[in-house]
Amino acid sequence: MRRYLAARLLQALGVIAFITTLSFVVVRLAPGDPVGTALANSNVSESVRQQWRTAYGLDRPVSEQYVRWLANAARGELGYSFYHRRPVRDVLADALPRTMLLTGLALLLSFALGITVGLLQAERANSGRDRWLGRALLLLYSVPDFWLALVILMLFAYRLPFFPAGGLVDPVLHDYLTPGGQLLDRLKHLVLPVVTLTLLSTAGIARFQRSALVAVLPSDWMRTAVAKGLSWKQAVRRHALRNALLPTITLLGLSLPVFAAGAIYVERVFSWPGMGFVTISAIAARDYALVTSGVLVMSVLVVVGALVADLVVAAADPRVRLG
Amino acid sequence: MTPLLELDNLRTWFYTDSGIARSVDGVSFHVDQGETVGVVGESGCGKSVTALSILRLVRPPGRIEAGSAIRFEGKDLLSLPEREMQHVRGNRIAMVFQEPMTALNPVFTVGDQIAEVARIHAGMSKRDAAAKAIEMLRLVGMPAPEQRATEYPHQLSGGMRQRVVIAMALVMNPALVIADEPTTALDVTIQAQILELLADLTKRLGTSILLITHDLGVVAENCSRVLVMYAGEVVEEALTSDLFARAHHPYTEGLLGAMPRVGGQAERLATIPGTVPPPTAWPDGCRFRERCPYAWERCAVEHPPLYQIGVNHVSRCHLAVEPERRLHPHVPLAAQQGVSAA
Amino acid sequence: MRWWQTSWSRPPTRAFVSDDVTTPVRAVSTSSARSRLRRDRRAAIGLGVLAAMALIALLAPVLAPYDPRVQLDIVHLRSLPPSFAHPLGTDTFSRDVLSRLIFGARVSLTISFVAVLIATAFGTLVGSVAGYVGGVVDTVLMRLVDAAFSVPTLLLLIVVIALWGEIGVAFLTLLIAAVGWFTVSRLVRAETLSIRDADFIVAARALGVPSWRILARHVLPNVIGPAIVAATLAVGNVILLEAGLSYLGIGVRPPTPSWGSIIQDGSERVSDLWWLTLFPGLAILITVFACNALGDALRDALDPRQLHASFGGLVIPSEVEGSAPL
Repeated sequence: MRRYLAARLLQALGVIAFITTLSFVVVRLAPGDPVGTALANSNVSESVRQQWRTAYGLDRPVSEQYVRWLANAARGELGYSFYHRRPVRDVLADALPRTMLLTGLALLLSFALGITVGLLQAERANSGRDRWLGRALLLLYSVPDFWLALVILMLFAYRLPFFPAGGLVDPVLHDYLTPGGQLLDRLKHLVLPVVTLTLLSTAGIARFQRSALVAVLPSDWMRTAVAKGLSWKQAVRRHALRNALLPTITLLGLSLPVFAAGAIYVERVFSWPGMGFVTISAIAARDYALVTSGVLVMSVLVVVGALVADLVVAAADPRVRLG
Repeated sequence: MTPLLELDNLRTWFYTDSGIARSVDGVSFHVDQGETVGVVGESGCGKSVTALSILRLVRPPGRIEAGSAIRFEGKDLLSLPEREMQHVRGNRIAMVFQEPMTALNPVFTVGDQIAEVARIHAGMSKRDAAAKAIEMLRLVGMPAPEQRATEYPHQLSGGMRQRVVIAMALVMNPALVIADEPTTALDVTIQAQILELLADLTKRLGTSILLITHDLGVVAENCSRVLVMYAGEVVEEALTSDLFARAHHPYTEGLLGAMPRVGGQAERLATIPGTVPPPTAWPDGCRFRERCPYAWERCAVEHPPLYQIGVNHVSRCHLAVEPERRLHPHVPLAAQQGVSAA
Repeated sequence: MRWWQTSWSRPPTRAFVSDDVTTPVRAVSTSSARSRLRRDRRAAIGLGVLAAMALIALLAPVLAPYDPRVQLDIVHLRSLPPSFAHPLGTDTFSRDVLSRLIFGARVSLTISFVAVLIATAFGTLVGSVAGYVGGVVDTVLMRLVDAAFSVPTLLLLIVVIALWGEIGVAFLTLLIAAVGWFTVSRLVRAETLSIRDADFIVAARALGVPSWRILARHVLPNVIGPAIVAATLAVGNVILLEAGLSYLGIGVRPPTPSWGSIIQDGSERVSDLWWLTLFPGLAILITVFACNALGDALRDALDPRQLHASFGGLVIPSEVEGSAPL
């Protein structure tokens, strides 16, 4: 177990190094630079721009910039965002928890829902119930993210104005509300994006869980369970599920990228100022530092998430844990 | 005295695309209180399906046909609602399966799995059931039972796992244990231990055993009565001693001849030429005909009933009424066509 | 007997003894993958829809009532809801949506098919070689693939494309293929590993058959099944990907119509110009649904567990496995 841990850690570090380099390279290779975009006004003379570039070290050789950036990043010093006029670290520090709130809720809900639906399908595999659920899930699984978000927005924010059309809080009223009112306001703004994300994720999880369950239903130990006097439903819920949850935990780990990288489309449609939203806006602005750091942070979280998931699975499976 | 278990014309058929497979095609026998009855036959003869049918573990496309009857402790098992059948399984009739590794759930401890039986049927609390599990492990001769109970199946050896399975089967002190090839997957030395364990426990507890196996040696040691199955039917039934001393059905003869015996001259093992016909197409007349060294015209057209050979000895063979045919053996049809069993 | 191989399709509520011999008992297939596929409704629906879409794409110039790029009447015919003349309405540039949708099928489907083809071909090659040859080659390749997996690909794609500005459809396709081949290679590698030590391969090696030949004639045919399943599902995913990128404005650029870009067009006033969102979305949904249904069906048909349907009286394949039948 310990050796496994060490190996995985090493691998994780290697991946992070790779991603860091990659994001740096990609961003730098693109035409244009942050100063050019921020000071795009033609009234600004080129020499002023050059001064800015020099001040921010943008005229140094790329390799030097890279090393500097790495050193800084390791220290947590992620640079300055031209677009937001704030340190990158602050921008990300604001955006990350917003994304995590959204995706965290959605992840929890979708796993709970997905596992339940998968179970409902598997315990009566091939029945009418199974088929209908399967069709619905397939449909849901095939839906484009952004489109579902748009449709939900259309239906429940515009046509039937139950919920606000986006944003974190009400831009006008929020500060004037009571604490209770503020909470409610936040919750109302959460509903549609969370529901959208949950719907999108549930389908995949349910299908996966169904497969995993159905794969173990033919096992000999299932037969033993029934021969012991358990009903089929009991056998599925107690024995099969325990076994079939292991791969789902792995899936949870693989879903953690969503947790960190945010749901880009959903954030965009509902104007939710999370990591995805911020990073994409930064792209248009050629805000190097923010884009690179944004990608870096998200990738690191992804790698960490995968690592954690692997460890959890290893711990949960007695065959691995006890060798 | 009414027998503990009575099968009457059990027919379990499977409905598949390639036809109806009549895996069990009219099997009748009984098991008395405290008896150990053996069921012998090669793979595909229907013995395992019979066992599963008793516990109603056969599901579509398999179906127990109308006209079958299974009586246990006086009750007709086939007409019981499922809930009541659940009360029977693991409680009054328990089953021991062939592969101990796969029969146990790998993510639960061994103790949990044994305790589960006590919790379902006796409503025991978690703690009581756990204690009972340890007690059962001790009963089946497991060293350090308290420690073992917390271990997972993959941490135990094959023999130990089978002990666990037996422990699980005996928790509720069932009246009948059906053991489907309980030792086939184990080493020879362990086999003997397990069988001895079973014999000992059942004598102590007064449990009946239906021992299903393909190994005549196992039967000789452990069973008071034996049934030989072939092609979905019982072809011979006798007391063990009678079967070995005076086997009647040519198939039984063949099986006995194919048994390697220690001592005696070393010669080639006799094999039964040919293979079992597919259950979707049992031949007319006697199903063993093609492989039988005595078969004659009657065997091709008339399906032999179970003839009474002696006291407690029946055989499904026309030789019962025309014994002189036994004096004229010939090469079985299957061997003539050049098809021989491995 | 493999107990499990009788089908547990329904929880028993009473004894399965039928008094009525005519009670239908559903027969279970013991036949091969192909016949199973033929019977699978999902395969039929999936294939049918995809074929229809492909046909529409192919016959676009014939089927579309208008030229998708022509602005018909920027004053009078702009942003009109569905009507008889324009069954799916017009967009903000007074272009007929139905025509754009039909031509959009061309673009979206072409990108998807080509990208998946490239990715699958390349991924299969890399994966099978890595799996078969093993050693350093394998380790290096797999480290690369692992690293690639951890990158949030969508994000990277967005970053790359957005920063590089205008890229043509061809480059977009290549880029998509570039981020997609990893999955295929990993899959194929796993399959290759599983048969590498199979008897017939070992025999071929012992006979002195050169590696490349073994790969081509023995490994590849066995490995292609899962690759095809993955490819089918990938087509659906790529359609979604391309649509998403076009929606963000960085996929297929105007004035080329693509399903995503039509939605982009209407995204400013989503509720008012609902037809600009609804119809392309439905088109995407239907097509991706077809891909997924077909992929599911293919996967179930090729499942080795279901392939070993022998019948020694007792070994019957379980219909319980695989995805839910449609």
